[in-house]
Amino acid sequence: MKIVVCIKQVPDTTEIRLDPATGTMIRDGVPSIMNPDDKGGLEMALRLKDEHGAEVTVVTMGPMQADAVLREALAMGADRAVLLTDRKFAGADTLATSNTLAGALRLLGYDLIITGRQAIDGDTAQVGPQVAEHLDLPQVTYVEQARLSDDNTLTVRASTEEGYRMLEVGLPCVLTVLVTAGKARYMSVRGIVEAFRREVEIWDSARIGAEESKLGLGGSPTRVAKSFTRGAKAAGQLYEVEPTEAVEIIVAKLREKFII
Amino acid sequence: MDKSQYRDVYVFVEQRGGRMQSVSLELLGKAAELARALGERVCAMLLGDVVEHLAAECVAYGADVVFVADAPQLRDYMTEPYTQVVCQIAREHKPGIMLIGATTIGRDLGPRVSARLATGLTADCTALDIAEGDDGTLLMTRPAFGGNLMATITCRDHRPQMSTVRPGVMRAAERDDSRKGEIVRVTPLFDESKFRVRLLETVSEERETVDITQAGVLVSGGRGVGTSGGFEKLRELAKVLGGEISSSRAMVDAGVMSHDRQVGQTGKTVRPDVYFALGISGAIQHLAGMEESDFIVAVNKDKFAPIFQVADVGIVGDVNKIVPLLVERLKK
Repeated sequence: MKIVVCIKQVPDTTEIRLDPATGTMIRDGVPSIMNPDDKGGLEMALRLKDEHGAEVTVVTMGPMQADAVLREALAMGADRAVLLTDRKFAGADTLATSNTLAGALRLLGYDLIITGRQAIDGDTAQVGPQVAEHLDLPQVTYVEQARLSDDNTLTVRASTEEGYRMLEVGLPCVLTVLVTAGKARYMSVRGIVEAFRREVEIWDSARIGAEESKLGLGGSPTRVAKSFTRGAKAAGQLYEVEPTEAVEIIVAKLREKFII
Repeated sequence: MDKSQYRDVYVFVEQRGGRMQSVSLELLGKAAELARALGERVCAMLLGDVVEHLAAECVAYGADVVFVADAPQLRDYMTEPYTQVVCQIAREHKPGIMLIGATTIGRDLGPRVSARLATGLTADCTALDIAEGDDGTLLMTRPAFGGNLMATITCRDHRPQMSTVRPGVMRAAERDDSRKGEIVRVTPLFDESKFRVRLLETVSEERETVDITQAGVLVSGGRGVGTSGGFEKLRELAKVLGGEISSSRAMVDAGVMSHDRQVGQTGKTVRPDVYFALGISGAIQHLAGMEESDFIVAVNKDKFAPIFQVADVGIVGDVNKIVPLLVERLKK
């Protein structure tokens, strides 16, 4: 079985702070990590490999530095790593990103494609389903568990607001996976050493052979018109008083608002 | 593409088991505002199996036209049949704007439809406006980088302009049963060879079925409450005020609260009449989920906690001392 896992290198958004003076993001010193849902997806792929045997390929689109997450994936147990990097890919929205990934996936071949549900820097959850559409594959999103019920069929548990759904889907297909799918294994020491000796394949737009009009900024229907940090609303009053007095202040305000 | 052919504001109406989801009512309310600004109509897309009775409800909440697709294949939400019908309606009627709730269903359907129609989609918008003096460009504002940054996105040259919106962000209009609307039946043209996912079972897990987005009063606790008995007092406070309890992410990660009560960027967006932020420092991820509340009371030991920047009343103090006193006082 050929499994391809799409992963993304993201800034650890929990480490981002705002500069209180300028209101801008402080990105310096923010570590880059493998996107958590993608790591859950990689773990799912590696478990399927452990159980049934599979070739696991990881692919990412990004700058050269994204090499780091691919090597991490190799150290965890992936067999092959491909970095899609080209200035023509830059500025891509989810549709252009999914076109780029779909181009690479057609070349790689697959029985199963796994992506994380969403990346923590964008939180869109769009690239997985859009890849599935470009490749005319069925999709299951919000996947928590997947097992092979026979050679060509997966039984999948997908999370919903109320609980979950059990679904059956034929291969090939696309799954978008939650971080909770499984606690990701650690890189082995041998794996880490080997990961730095192994090749990360570098593919550019020519290699993918995708139509240029579908890539990068030019292939993106959406544009960021402006970005800004949220303007804080005017702060109310701050009281440093004894607890009993604090209680009276709160009660008075609740009365004012007709809550009590 | 000739943009002038595309008009009207379409809403994907989400129903589960024949029950309209609240986010759909919220979207109809927003769609009505946008349609007024454009001088266009609100069109609802209602898909399901024997759901026509919901069409009147769509009209009462703001739809001018309701496209109803009733078919056994649409009984439970499945990606492919729903995508086919939504795309069929879109290709025939050419919407200018399409809004979808950012639920597990909407976030499965939206990107699939956008890729099939080769147009843009902006996820999880928190504000939607029409650009002034323009050709009806939709300004779609959403948080990025875990809520650290807001971005306004446009989709100028492709139609429809698609957006998903999180539940609880927009306000539903008042129900008005005197409104008139047109009901249009749609006959789905399915390509069943593409139906390659089969639903085996739908499981509702035993959990407290509260929806914190619907609460008038929310008593929300964070790290400052602690993991031991502190939350019991918060529960009491919520009970006295007829509200619900909720929490920051820290308390969910600590296993004190279930995820469905989490407020914030990765939890729920709430806008109650009163929001108590107790022992919550106010990380931007949390603020993103609650700052639209009508009235915010914050209690925190740290007078420099960011929560005080959005609070209407801020109390510097220990929640575990103040909350029990407050409960006692309110019981009187």
